[in-house]
Amino acid sequence: MSSSAGQRLRAAVAEATARAFHESEIRLPSDVVAALKRAAGEETGEIARGELENILANIARAEELGVPICQDTGVPVVYIRLPEGIPLSTELYEGVADGVRRATAEVPLRPNVVDPLTRENTLDNTGPGMPAIHVAPGERFTITVLPKGAGAENMSRIGMLLPSQKDTIPRFVVETMLVAGGKPCPPVVLGVGIGGTFDGAAALAKEALLEPIDTMTPFEQEICAAVNRLGTGPMGLGGKITALAVKVKTAGCHTASLPVAVNVQCWACRRATVEVRL
Amino acid sequence: MKPVKLATPLGDEICDLYAGDRVLLSGTVYTARDEAHLRMMEEGIPFDPCGAVIYHCGPVIQGDRIVAAGPTTSARMNALTGFLLDAGVKGLIGKGGMGKAVVEQLEGRGVYFAFTGGCAALASSCMQLKGVYYADLGMAEAIWEIELSDLPLVVGIDTHGNDLFGKVEESALESFNREFSR
Repeated sequence: MSSSAGQRLRAAVAEATARAFHESEIRLPSDVVAALKRAAGEETGEIARGELENILANIARAEELGVPICQDTGVPVVYIRLPEGIPLSTELYEGVADGVRRATAEVPLRPNVVDPLTRENTLDNTGPGMPAIHVAPGERFTITVLPKGAGAENMSRIGMLLPSQKDTIPRFVVETMLVAGGKPCPPVVLGVGIGGTFDGAAALAKEALLEPIDTMTPFEQEICAAVNRLGTGPMGLGGKITALAVKVKTAGCHTASLPVAVNVQCWACRRATVEVRL
Repeated sequence: MKPVKLATPLGDEICDLYAGDRVLLSGTVYTARDEAHLRMMEEGIPFDPCGAVIYHCGPVIQGDRIVAAGPTTSARMNALTGFLLDAGVKGLIGKGGMGKAVVEQLEGRGVYFAFTGGCAALASSCMQLKGVYYADLGMAEAIWEIELSDLPLVVGIDTHGNDLFGKVEESALESFNREFSR
């Protein structure tokens, strides 16, 4: 690629990334808002209803003021869809990092990225391996962002189950929320990755969080209902709705393995996709 | 039930509160997370702790404006809270509840208020920034002095040893064992 074409690509990717973060941090997707409204209608307890009323008021307030929904603006997780003819280049990665830096200053986002051992903050939400970038081929050239807050991420789990334990997958998912209690800001969305490799299952679980939550398969519904029978409720203060949805993704795995990963997502299931305009 | 209006500094009126009560809190709160707790333990508390309220929060600040300021997970401060209560702190605000040791430490002298996690815009619209301590710890970990007006809270742990989160967790465990024990 010529250097001017490379610079154009980098700038266009940066622009799309910054816009996607701006959108995702301030406005929740309509399927998520609808699920929260449904949950508010289903709760009968005064405390649970009050928590959901605060959440809905907060969503409206964030949009009205043009400020982030949550102060934990997350770490940047980015999915790039690359159409035919756009080569995989360093400019692509640099463009995403530029966009994250711009969004950090402009939205603004809280600088959350630190060195894991010295805990020194990089101040711009980038660092080695950050943003976390996942590239796959696609029809259109798009940037999808999934800002991931720590409260929910910290309660995520992976289990290397035995093939004979296939029927215990719902138990593993429900147990994840039993251990988590109110810490991950329920009502949550649970991304479940089944199969693949140790790392692949975790990646699948995260990708499952990109799926719309207004539909569930019977298997997903069964797990979601079991999670809700815990009674943890909004913010762990008790109630009917602990999970808004469970989304499952699967991949082929070794005949002797059954990796299962649960990526916990707080009620602020933030995601946005922006097309890159070259 | 109508929410109880409270203002800082808190006093003995907190003994009239029970887990599950709704409260509207006004007055001064100090944000503190892991790093600020560790430094206060080492160097002393940089503000008057008598009747003070600690807010487990790492806000987004732009200039002198509080942009977003919802609560962080309080359980990370489970082992870092006793010295604050010993010094006279009477209120903690956070999300997710705290451990059994903290429930005991709160008995007779302090309350834990739950504020809805993620409600950062709702929070910042009833806040004004007053000052900062430990600015070198960075935006998320510094202590920000904030003036509140009517922040809507739920009493999560009261001075009588009642813990709403603990109760919900116990019942979740019972339900889990019923469903999955074989």
